[in-house]
Amino acid sequence: MKIAIPMEEKSINTNICVTFGRALFFLIFDTDTEEEKYIENPALSAQGGAGIKAAQAVIDAGVEAVILPRLGQNAAEVFQTGQIVLYKAEFGSAKHNIELLKECKLSKLTEFHSGFHGRGGR
Amino acid sequence: MNIAVLSGKGGTGKTFVSCNLASAIEKSAYIDCDVEEPNGHLFFKPTDVCSQKVCVKIPQILADRCNHCRKCVDFCHFNALAFIKEEPMLFRGVCHSCGGCKIVCPNQAVVEKDYSIGEIRTGKHRSIIVKTGIMNIGEESGVPIIRELIKNLPCKNNIIDCPPGSACTVMESIKEADYCVIVAEPSIFGVHNFQMVYKLVKILKKPFGIVINKVNDLNNPMQELCEKLQLPVLEQIPFACEIAAQNAAGNLVYETNQKAKEIFERLYAKISEVVK
Repeated sequence: MKIAIPMEEKSINTNICVTFGRALFFLIFDTDTEEEKYIENPALSAQGGAGIKAAQAVIDAGVEAVILPRLGQNAAEVFQTGQIVLYKAEFGSAKHNIELLKECKLSKLTEFHSGFHGRGGR
Repeated sequence: MNIAVLSGKGGTGKTFVSCNLASAIEKSAYIDCDVEEPNGHLFFKPTDVCSQKVCVKIPQILADRCNHCRKCVDFCHFNALAFIKEEPMLFRGVCHSCGGCKIVCPNQAVVEKDYSIGEIRTGKHRSIIVKTGIMNIGEESGVPIIRELIKNLPCKNNIIDCPPGSACTVMESIKEADYCVIVAEPSIFGVHNFQMVYKLVKILKKPFGIVINKVNDLNNPMQELCEKLQLPVLEQIPFACEIAAQNAAGNLVYETNQKAKEIFERLYAKISEVVK
């Protein structure tokens, strides 16, 4: 299964990025082959609707699940339409979270914020 | 003459000044651009009210003509469109009604339809025309309603009651203004909020004057700032119990209070001296 994780650095050992729409990269990880690949976030400098555009890019990368700490309403709607499973990230590296996912220790992300809409969210 | 009344924050007395200033002018109209919470009508209690819907265009993608090329999705700078599981998705709140998706579609699969975001109510109070912009709850931007309000200003003299702050709704509201009245409170907080709007009117090169509202016997840092920067203070309205009480009861103090009547007549006289 291919999964996506928002990242600030292109390293599986670094922490997951706290925001989704404005993450620098997305790690695309294949849990079957252990292959890791990074795609740039096309929505990084979008003036609005970043979550929507980022979600589109992640879905286009062919993932079935996303691990992330939080998500806005619009992006969540895109993922739900795409039938993408959303897991709530635990504190720590992407690698740590992938291990937790493999052990079925991650819970689903079910609550979404209304978006920051240009006001930042850090 | 179009006079816009604005302030850096809510509650300084924009509506109080606008309504009573409009009352002091013959052949005037009061235009409530504070579309998120318009309340000037509470003072005017307009009669003969008619309502007109305000619509924006939103795209509708016709499935039988769409060949999934995604040109519309890629074009949209606001990212209001997505294409998931071979189906287009529209995020209406993000759409700015620019119509670009319709233009770039090679298959004429995008059509535009009207979507109502609010209304404009027009009524009368004595000889004053009262126009109120009302945005529907849940909508994201009142700018299209404000644009419609100021497109056809009805009278020789129009008083435009702006939304609070200095954001795009305010910029839209003062677009047609010949003069801006900035209402500010005599406090440090008032000074801070004033400076945001002051910056805006300077950038837009609008002539302006200041009304300091709710003035008491204590310090008046707003007046001090105006003296320091040599800014024109048009009026200082006292923090008087009877004016506050009459206003809070929903009365136009111009009609019920002789002192207030004089204040607003003087205010109009001063503005008309500057704007000819």
